[in-house]
Amino acid sequence: MPFALPLAELEVGQHLYWQLGNLRIHGQVFLSSWVVIAALLAVVVIGTRRMQRDPSGVQNLLEFLWDYLRDLAREQIGEKAYRDWLPFIGTLFLFIFVSNWGGALIPWKLIHLPSGELGAPTADINTTIALALLVSLAYFYAGLSRKGFRYFEYYVEPTPIMLPFKIVEDFTKPLSLSFRLFGNILADELVVAVLAFLVPLIVPLPAMFLGLFTSAIQALIFATLAAYYIGEAVHEEHH
Amino acid sequence: MDSITSAASVVAAGLAVGLGAIGPGIGQGTAAGGAVEGIARQPEAEGKIRGTLLLSLAFMEALTIYGLVVALVLLFANPFAG
Repeated sequence: MPFALPLAELEVGQHLYWQLGNLRIHGQVFLSSWVVIAALLAVVVIGTRRMQRDPSGVQNLLEFLWDYLRDLAREQIGEKAYRDWLPFIGTLFLFIFVSNWGGALIPWKLIHLPSGELGAPTADINTTIALALLVSLAYFYAGLSRKGFRYFEYYVEPTPIMLPFKIVEDFTKPLSLSFRLFGNILADELVVAVLAFLVPLIVPLPAMFLGLFTSAIQALIFATLAAYYIGEAVHEEHH
Repeated sequence: MDSITSAASVVAAGLAVGLGAIGPGIGQGTAAGGAVEGIARQPEAEGKIRGTLLLSLAFMEALTIYGLVVALVLLFANPFAG
């Protein structure tokens, strides 16, 4: 249901469809994801070229990020297993963070598409569900590879009464992960769009800053929860 | 979409966000109150308390956002639009 507004257009559920075999895919999400991925790759390549003992500039930023993500992963997953999962957690965090901020900071409106509009890739439910299912696969793999079939003991601990709840949890985890991220980012974009429609100047600015803040927190929460689920799966009970 | 369906959808969308905001609102108030109390008792722990508070506030926020997602589905992707 598009609204035709004079100054700010508000479009939800409008997509640039690409036909790929039998699949209809949302082209605008792919385009903005590629921009995000390219930006991340460019920063990492520039930062790791000619590395120095005393980091400066981009290298400094990357080392700070690495420290931050390592602390996050170590806190949630534990000293023993966190190194295996640091790349996954870090990638999730950086991709979501740059997507969220890119959606708000890059002036996408200057690029005209035949239909739909560019924005944060994470404001599309398909992106967030894909990320959340990746997390599900990751924690199953983490648990099974570390503990083998003893992983399923986790379902009957501390008592077998917990079994149905733990099984339901496996479904609610990806559901809540994906809906939380999707809803927050879409809500940020909608609030800014509605305010920009009512008063186009200055007034949307506080909402934009709040949006930047919440979207950074959402990236942190997604990464923290992913790490927590993996940590829960690899955690060894001490009998 | 016939008028009854659209009217019901709009009312339901409003209720979904409005009712969904009540619980998390109370919860966030309790959490923030607890954090302030903690900071007053132990001002040196402020940084740690703030981090935990922000994280837990965002978790509560997510509950309202679920209501918002339902509202958005009703408004923009209504399965009963026919």
